Amino acid sequence: MEAFAHLAAATGLTGAEQKTANAAIGAGFAYGLAAIGPGIGIGYLVGKSVEAMARQPEAAGMVRTTMFLGIAFTEALALIGFVVFILIGL
Amino acid sequence: MLGFEFPQINSLLRWKDFFTSFNKIGLIAVLAAVIGSVVFLLAGRKDPQVAPTGVRNLAETSIEFIENGIVMETMGKDGLGWTPFLLSIFIFVYLCNVPGIIPILYMPATARIAIPMFLSLLVWVIYNGVGIKHQGVGGYLKSTLFPPGVPKALYILVTPIEFISNIIVRPFSLTVRLFANMLAGHILLVTFALLSQAMFQATTHKIALVPMGILPFFMLLFITAFEVLVAFLQAYIFTILTAVYIGGAAHPEH
Repeated sequence: MEAFAHLAAATGLTGAEQKTANAAIGAGFAYGLAAIGPGIGIGYLVGKSVEAMARQPEAAGMVRTTMFLGIAFTEALALIGFVVFILIGL
Repeated sequence: MLGFEFPQINSLLRWKDFFTSFNKIGLIAVLAAVIGSVVFLLAGRKDPQVAPTGVRNLAETSIEFIENGIVMETMGKDGLGWTPFLLSIFIFVYLCNVPGIIPILYMPATARIAIPMFLSLLVWVIYNGVGIKHQGVGGYLKSTLFPPGVPKALYILVTPIEFISNIIVRPFSLTVRLFANMLAGHILLVTFALLSQAMFQATTHKIALVPMGILPFFMLLFITAFEVLVAFLQAYIFTILTAVYIGGAAHPEH
């Protein structure tokens, strides 16, 4: 708390302004970090699905359905990050 | 330099009431329900003997899509009785998503959490009900909470995880997936629309800013096209997950 008071005195921001600024920074990090895992996951998932479809075009329909299911589950984490971003940032 | 200030999130999502507790979101939801029903009722009145045209063509295509693309892929032949329910969910969610890019309306009704949450609670009640109907209360709890093929001692760990993921997280993630996708699309559209407006109407550095305003405008066009895809995809994913949950509750893996 002492450190925050010093920081606030140094930057010339009041406590509430400092809190808002920290929330904005935290919100940015929340979304950015939440997007890393699902980004890798969806990339890997779709890449493998395309590989499977190229190898066995006759199974493309089934692979596509499963791919969308997988994307839906993987994407949920990024979206929760997005909701948190809105809750704390705005 | 630009003086571009993003509006408060409430001003993007809260609409004035037309009359008591009925605003644009309510209007879109009612329109979605009415348009969906009317299209299928009109299609049903046409003569089934002749080749399908117009609305009947549309209706038959969407029914075929639900049957072949969703029911047969996830539930198999036994699930064909669920086609009407899944079709209603698909059409309703799609028609609620699509106003996000229709001029004048420009608001997906599913970007407010009420509609996705209600739909997921409905799905939650239905898949639990189907599980209890097909396997009895004990059997359903046994097959969801104690998956077969797990060493006995691990059930201490597995059962709470299964309970949380099957009973609590499923409706939550179903809600958040639809809601957050549509909200994100809406905010993206607003961002680029405001950005291009701010650049076209810039008061300083006109020579640089006004021609460069074309860039966010192209991005706006691109995102509008992307939202067409997202609206369809989210309706499809919501429906297919519903089908997977119902199919899993009706016929657990042995």
